[in-house]
Amino acid sequence: MSEKGMFGVQGSGDTSGFGGLVNANINIGSTQRPFGGYFDQVADDLERAYPLFSDAIEKVVVDRGELTLFIKRDRLFDVAKILRDQLKFEMCMGVSGVHYPEESGRELHAVYSLLSITRNQKIRLEVCVSDKDSHLPSLVEVWAGLNWHERETFDMFGIIFDNHPGLTRILMPDDWPGHPQRKDYPLGGIEIEYKGATVPAPSQRRSY
Amino acid sequence: MSTFTDPYASSQETTEGRVYSVTGGDWDSLVTEIGATKEERVVLNMGPQHPSTHGVLRLVLELEGETVTETRCGIGYLHTGIEKNTEYRNWTQGVTFVTRMDYLSPLFNETAYCLGVEKLLGITNDVTERATVIRVMMMEFNRISSHMVALGTGALELGALSPMIFAFREREKVLDIFEMISGLRMNMAYVRPGGLAQDLPKEALGKIRETIKDLRHNFKDNEKLLIGNSIWIKRTQGIGYLDLAGCTTLGITGPVLRATGLPWDLRKAQPYCGYENYQFDIPTTDTCDVYGRFLIRMQELEQSLRIIEQCVVKLEKLEGEPVMVADKKIAWPSQLSVGGDGMGNSLNHIREIMGESMEALIHHFKLVTEGFKVPVGQVYTSVESPRGEMGVHLVSDGGTRPYRVHFRDPSFNNLQATAAMCEGGQIADVIAAVASIDPVMGGVDR
Repeated sequence: MSEKGMFGVQGSGDTSGFGGLVNANINIGSTQRPFGGYFDQVADDLERAYPLFSDAIEKVVVDRGELTLFIKRDRLFDVAKILRDQLKFEMCMGVSGVHYPEESGRELHAVYSLLSITRNQKIRLEVCVSDKDSHLPSLVEVWAGLNWHERETFDMFGIIFDNHPGLTRILMPDDWPGHPQRKDYPLGGIEIEYKGATVPAPSQRRSY
Repeated sequence: MSTFTDPYASSQETTEGRVYSVTGGDWDSLVTEIGATKEERVVLNMGPQHPSTHGVLRLVLELEGETVTETRCGIGYLHTGIEKNTEYRNWTQGVTFVTRMDYLSPLFNETAYCLGVEKLLGITNDVTERATVIRVMMMEFNRISSHMVALGTGALELGALSPMIFAFREREKVLDIFEMISGLRMNMAYVRPGGLAQDLPKEALGKIRETIKDLRHNFKDNEKLLIGNSIWIKRTQGIGYLDLAGCTTLGITGPVLRATGLPWDLRKAQPYCGYENYQFDIPTTDTCDVYGRFLIRMQELEQSLRIIEQCVVKLEKLEGEPVMVADKKIAWPSQLSVGGDGMGNSLNHIREIMGESMEALIHHFKLVTEGFKVPVGQVYTSVESPRGEMGVHLVSDGGTRPYRVHFRDPSFNNLQATAAMCEGGQIADVIAAVASIDPVMGGVDR
């Protein structure tokens, strides 16, 4: 895949001089070994500690010097526990949701960043679930600090973390309808008049 | 139905039992009434409007006498949807939003975000050294101003008024430097993807040198004021205990973690912005309590000053170097300058785009309105903010706007430790424990 020009609009009479640029898009598919850096070590250790490794991991992506392990939902809890106990990833810095409405069957992604103080290393776990069945195992039992992060991700994206000790909204009011950070949730906002002109709400402005 | 006529304390019957509402003043009649009831267990709702909960934090405390048996935090009162809003602005405009999250450490929000955008763009190594050194210097000044609030308000909430006045006096000096350099005292949007909004003004280094001298002298006074105060020590020592195991499982970083004796600081462990080139120490204590956390903050002030001094020496050598990447496809086209009406474009730039070069005008217009494209991918970057690991998860779909911006704010995470620190203790110590976490609700709720 490649894209033309620096800016988004095509055929608009762009005379800025950047119309002729062609940038090759970085292809983010699965990465094959060797992963480079300490990533091979992490993968080796995990394979040794977890015999079902090849079954649990959908793909491994190394991009911009960061390692992402895509984990199957059913194996997430086991993998997390092994990462904590045997690979010494003592801390989970949180979970962040991402909504990809176009990826049918795996619309909602949960992204965990793990930190090992012992190894001084960082890795990332990513789990995909569908919109219709947006259940994930809660990892609060593994890292208690995920409690609020999972509540936030539930609040904002509607991912349901099974076995969470108290999965309620955390930032929005309890009776709020919908999950605000999903892509199908409108931003809202109103038109603003300024010096006689009307500035549309941010979500109504032209995007490129 | 009100049973007595105290204007500051009324009560009414509900299905859960009698609910008392109190505001200011003293509540003699209320205390007498509660004392007369047989019920030992009282559920106390503290905040969200309360002078010692650090902003709009709501604490629900279950009490047996004066002992706290259960603590819950209610947050979200300051949720402003910044993460969602950034998805509707271009990558550079995002800086203006994220700087408003944790309002006591805006430069850390900005830098963490910009490091992320630069990593996505693959221009991390193209950022000039001068820009990086100025970023470090501004962050360390910001660490000082943030710690001054933590120490000052922390003492204030425990009843010591004077330290707050002295701490805010020092903070003002740091804010003056921010104003001189960026034009704004907080929410500066000074760090931009690719570099900085503008270079240092001519008089900056001299003023900074003077301020360092001033601050160093005054920090000693402040330290004596607190450490020499036996009441403050009694209110903080052995309070809000949280050990290393508790910190790791709760994901706690920053001074709370370092108070357990672990010298974990991202500036040393996983250096960014060239922190490996500076000489500084990581203060630790092994007391695991409120006292240790405040002690660490006090010692970090001196370490920040050391780093700033090294920055000044570096900046003298880097005089004249640009503060933005050379790539005109990313760098906003002009040096901003502070005009009579606040911030604006430099007159030379306006002259060029309005009078001389049509292409420059088009380029300026397109870069500012559309913004630049950022290649597909996701990154997680983190910096050591005054409160711990400030992490940013950025996702790009290849467009001119972020696809997802998520801030892992240390205040949000660390506030989870409130229950672990407070349960089983006295109600008066809840205040000390929360103050030692130093939560900033703007960052917690985003």
